[in-house]
Amino acid sequence: MSTDTPVPTIARPKGTTPEILTGSGAILRSLEMLGVKDVFGLPGGAIIPFYDELMSSTAIRHILVRHEQGAGHAAEGYAAASGGIGVAIATSGPGATNLVTAIADAYMDSVPMLAITGQVFSTLMGTDAFQEVDIVGMTMPITKHSFLVTRPEDVPATLAAAFHIATTGRPGPVLVDITKDAQQNSAPFVWPPKVDLPGYRPVTKAHGKQIQAAARLLADAKRPVFYIGGGVGRAKASAELLELAEKVGAPIVTTLMARGVFPDSNPLNLGMPGMHGTVPAVLSLQEADLLIAIGARFDDRVTGKPSEFAPDAKVVHVDIDPAGISKIRIADVPIVGDAKDVIADLSTAFTEATQGKDYDLSEWWVRLDALKKQYPLGYDEPDDGLLSPQYVIKRIGEITGPEAIYAAGVGQHQMWAAQFIKYERPNAWLNSGGAGTMGYGVPAAMGAKVAQPDRIVWAIDGDGCFQMTNQELATCTINNIPIKVAIINNSSLGMVRQWQSLFYDGRHSFTDLNTGHGTAMVPDFVKMADAYGALGIRVTKLDEVDAAIKLANETNDRPVVIDFIVSRDALVWPMVPQGVGNSMVQYARDHAPEWDDE
Amino acid sequence: MSHHVLSLLVEDKPGLLTRVAGLFARRGFNIESLAVGASEIPGLSRITVVVDVEELPLEQVTKQLNKLINVIKIVELDPTQTVHREHMLIKVRVDNTTRSQILEAATLFRARIVDVATDALVIEVTGDTAKVEALLRVLEPYGIKEIAQSGLLAIGRGGKSITERVYKS
Repeated sequence: MSTDTPVPTIARPKGTTPEILTGSGAILRSLEMLGVKDVFGLPGGAIIPFYDELMSSTAIRHILVRHEQGAGHAAEGYAAASGGIGVAIATSGPGATNLVTAIADAYMDSVPMLAITGQVFSTLMGTDAFQEVDIVGMTMPITKHSFLVTRPEDVPATLAAAFHIATTGRPGPVLVDITKDAQQNSAPFVWPPKVDLPGYRPVTKAHGKQIQAAARLLADAKRPVFYIGGGVGRAKASAELLELAEKVGAPIVTTLMARGVFPDSNPLNLGMPGMHGTVPAVLSLQEADLLIAIGARFDDRVTGKPSEFAPDAKVVHVDIDPAGISKIRIADVPIVGDAKDVIADLSTAFTEATQGKDYDLSEWWVRLDALKKQYPLGYDEPDDGLLSPQYVIKRIGEITGPEAIYAAGVGQHQMWAAQFIKYERPNAWLNSGGAGTMGYGVPAAMGAKVAQPDRIVWAIDGDGCFQMTNQELATCTINNIPIKVAIINNSSLGMVRQWQSLFYDGRHSFTDLNTGHGTAMVPDFVKMADAYGALGIRVTKLDEVDAAIKLANETNDRPVVIDFIVSRDALVWPMVPQGVGNSMVQYARDHAPEWDDE
Repeated sequence: MSHHVLSLLVEDKPGLLTRVAGLFARRGFNIESLAVGASEIPGLSRITVVVDVEELPLEQVTKQLNKLINVIKIVELDPTQTVHREHMLIKVRVDNTTRSQILEAATLFRARIVDVATDALVIEVTGDTAKVEALLRVLEPYGIKEIAQSGLLAIGRGGKSITERVYKS
């Protein structure tokens, strides 16, 4: 049998002789069998055999990116927007190393991703062959697992295992490196393959006793807070969380990774905790007597100085990754399990634990409502007469609405997008939380738009971030992926500049990018958009903001880039300076909230 | 700090040792000793690691190791319920006046002479860490030219086996 025969999309019945496929054919067939619809990649020498197969596939859409990092972030955006897995493909050597940043990013944010890389002939490995790097070795610390495939017969089982590992338990990136000879040689294609992973058994169902213990703590708590992390989104447990939260009536804080997992419009939601969290969210944790942390990992950007974080609180920590529990803060009740199941079980157990009890959090809410009233999210209009970036971002959210997808870069604009856009559903907010990868925005938005073509997808980007990965605009234009990009152009590496303003005596060392107001404006983002076949719009005045956003939302025949020229002096508030306890949260410059017992 | 002996049952896959060693390095845990070899099951290896950490970081080590896909089982071996052995080859300087004393010391330690030259002996000793170190102290004054040492090996006392426990469950 030759590989030129049309590719069937269903498995051959058992008992027949398996078809002989090349390794490349087996990769393609395996991906099809695994239900992959879209992949992002860029070919090169060591992956040409697979690309030769891919060309004839009708089941899989391949999107040719302009840089492999774009493929990686696009796969992440695709996964995060759809709740499924994203696939990125690159060749050996530099193709593979260009994927590394995106893989590290996916690892930090637990994004299910499959990275397929070509490798030089197995006979050449270890000889410093052309475009050879040890990508399996390089990515060991930043993948959930990685595989090297040197024989075509190992392709189906390896890809099936990679899929299984990437998407189950705590999700994450898995790399499969396939040598050129493994792609070229032939072997019988057996599906479904035997996947044997004796060392991989993620716990999903939590221990009943632990659930009871957590429910009792919750029933006895006077000042409980649900500390909700991105894991709840990955577990698709938003509905369960809503039910539990409303039953308990306790406040919720949603971390940067969990924005949208719980609706912002729900009065129980105090907003984002952490370094740039809302004052009510930050202080609720500081004053709580119980934290129910679910799918959150006590990241330093949330806790501030860990020894001063939530000092009076007992901790129930729910996570599917046992290693995440008691890593930073010792949990009084550790619960290993899938958030979806655990939340449902906890809800039942809470009902039992509070039976006949007068469960009343009204005193707690008096305090929290006072904080909400006294410290709402807000911003000052800049003195220089330029647009305020917060206003622009807020308007994008208000005009476009909660059904859209918002992907941010990293920095000030990311924090403002997390603060000032109101999220009502999971998978609406995509960003690089753990790794903080500048350049995530545009390719992630591209991936999200491919996954969810019917949704409006905005990349909220900075002028610094945009210059790292804007080449993917070409990919968007050519492949009809009409994303909208809002460049919040403050002409600088804004977050670094903010730190320099606050902590380095205003010495703005190498943070001017000369893209904005009163500068040479290099590059000219509107011309750049034009060059890429996108609609470019420049907005400098308040009364132009809404019209530009509306025009962008109505333009679907090409990508849109809006260059919002904003003030560079705007700072992200509130802020907890690094290295101090969260009780030191500052509402605005030199304005710390009155702290109850001081 | 205290010593903990971990016995890992692992899949014998390429790069496994890199994954384990890399994890220790990356997470800032110190490996005191490491011994790798076949287990009683084809395709599975056993790694015996000695780490020098407090209880809490040890829990992190164990959890992180457990996350490695190729690690099947980790058991911390209780020193009172475990047989510990180290293996050492010692090349010690000898001359006509010291040879008999060294041979006598070796006999006392139930060590064996495995190579003889006019100016040196190679002594092979097996035992727990204390015994091996004691012999080294005795030999030191004569002049130790070279030593080669295995990592600590350890196995639980009694009839139970770690592998059985894995495959029963």
